[in-house]
Amino acid sequence: MSTITESFITAGTLIAEADGKLLSIVGLSLQVSLTAVFLAACLGLPIGAAVAVGRFPGRKPLTVILNGMMGLPPVVIGLLVYLLLSRAGPLGPLGLLFTPTAMVLAQVVLITPIIAALSRQIVADAWRDYEEQLRSLGASTPRAALTLLVDTRFSLSTAVLAGLGRAVAEVGAVMIVGGNIDGVTRVMTTSIALETSKGDLPLALALGFILISIVLILNALAHALREWAARRHG
Amino acid sequence: MAEPLITLESLRYAAGERTLIHDVSLRLEAGRRTLVLGPNGAGKSVLMRLMHGLIEPTAGRIVWNGGGARPPQAMVFQRPVMLRRSVLDNVSYALYLAGVPAAERRARAEAVLERVGLSPLAHRPARVLSGGEQQRVALARAWALRPRVLFLDEPTASLDPGASAEVERLIRVIADDGCSIVMVTHHLGQARRLADDIVFVDAGRITEHTPIADFFAAPRSEQAGHYLRGELSWT
Repeated sequence: MSTITESFITAGTLIAEADGKLLSIVGLSLQVSLTAVFLAACLGLPIGAAVAVGRFPGRKPLTVILNGMMGLPPVVIGLLVYLLLSRAGPLGPLGLLFTPTAMVLAQVVLITPIIAALSRQIVADAWRDYEEQLRSLGASTPRAALTLLVDTRFSLSTAVLAGLGRAVAEVGAVMIVGGNIDGVTRVMTTSIALETSKGDLPLALALGFILISIVLILNALAHALREWAARRHG
Repeated sequence: MAEPLITLESLRYAAGERTLIHDVSLRLEAGRRTLVLGPNGAGKSVLMRLMHGLIEPTAGRIVWNGGGARPPQAMVFQRPVMLRRSVLDNVSYALYLAGVPAAERRARAEAVLERVGLSPLAHRPARVLSGGEQQRVALARAWALRPRVLFLDEPTASLDPGASAEVERLIRVIADDGCSIVMVTHHLGQARRLADDIVFVDAGRITEHTPIADFFAAPRSEQAGHYLRGELSWT
C-alpha cells in the first residue's frame, strides 16, 4: 500500500518539476504518433471516401477487409514492419530499423485501416442523403467523394482521433521496430512496460498519468469541436 | 405545333424483377408547366428521375428538343440537400460543377439570391436555416444554373402553408423566366394553381396527358377519375 502511495507522490513531483527525462519521452511519443496520424489520415480519408462512393468490383470485400483490419494486433504489425526493415529485408538498405521513422511507419500501417474504415462509414452515410443531389448537379464520383469529405469534416475528426488514441497507446509495434533505446526510440508506452518490469513504479506511473490525460484532453477537444460545429453549421 | 422539349419513346424501367415503368411514351412541349399526378407508388418519381438522367432506362429512349443536345436542367427534391457551408457557397458550388468560370460565380450566385429574396441570408450556414428557407435556397441553386427545364419532386411536401406558397411563387417566377417545369405533387390545389398540363401516372403507365382545365372538368382516364373523386372527398 505504501509503495503505491509513494509512487503517486513521486509521480506527482516528476510531473510538477517537468523532469527532463520525462519530457523527452512524452515529446518523442507525441512526435511519432502525431506524424503517424497525419500520414495515416492523408491515406485513410481518401481510401475511406473512395470505398464509400466508388463503384468498382470488389468494393464489398474491401469494406469487410478494412473493417477487419481495424483490429490488427500491433505486435504482428511490428513484426511485419521489422521483417521489412531488417538488414535482410527489402527495405533493409535504408537502415531505418530502430529509428523513430520506423516507429512512424509501423503506426501508419496500424492506424490507416482504422481511419479508412471509420471514414468509409461516415462518408457512406452522408452519400445516401447527398447522392441524387450531387449527381443532379453533375458531380463526378471523385468530386463527390471530395465534397463529402469536406462536408463531414467534423464527424471525420472522430475517426482521426480514434487513430491517434490507438497510436499513442500501443506498445507492441513501437517496441519491436523501435527497440526501446534510451533517448532515441523510448516512448511513453515502452517506458511504462520497461520501468514496471525494472520496479521503477513512480516513473511508470507518472507516464501513465500523462498518457491518460493526453487521451482525455484530445477527446474533450474533439467533443467540444463537434458541439460547436453542430451549433454553428448544423 | 409547339417546340418539343422532351420525348419519351417506349421507356421502360425495371428494378430487379419488378417493372416500375411500362413502355411509357410521352411528349412534353417547351415552356409549359407540367404537373405529374398519381397515387403513391405509381412511378411518378421514377419517371422524373429517368427524364433527368439520374437513372438509366432498361429499354426505350429519351429524345431532347426533337433530337438535339440535352439542355441544361436542374432538379429540386422533397428534402433539400444543403452542403455544410454558407448559402452563397451552396449556390456557387453548383455553378462550379456546371463549369462556370470562377470570376463569374460569385456575381451570378449573388444575383440569383437577390431575385429570390435570400440576400440577407447569403452568408448564413445553409444547414441551420428553416425547411422553407432551405427549399428556397435549393430553388435558387437550381435557377442559378439557367436551366431550360426544372424538375421538382414534391418540393412542398414537408413545408407549412406559408413556405409552400412562397415556393409556388418562385416556381412561377422561374417558369416565367422561360424554364419548362415538370413537377410531381400530391396536392390537387397546387396542381390547379401551377399546372398548364397534367400527366397522370398509375401503376407505371401514363393514363393521360391533358390540359389542366379539361383534367379537372372531365378526366379522360378511369384511373384519374377515381383519383380525383377519392381526393376531392377529402378536401
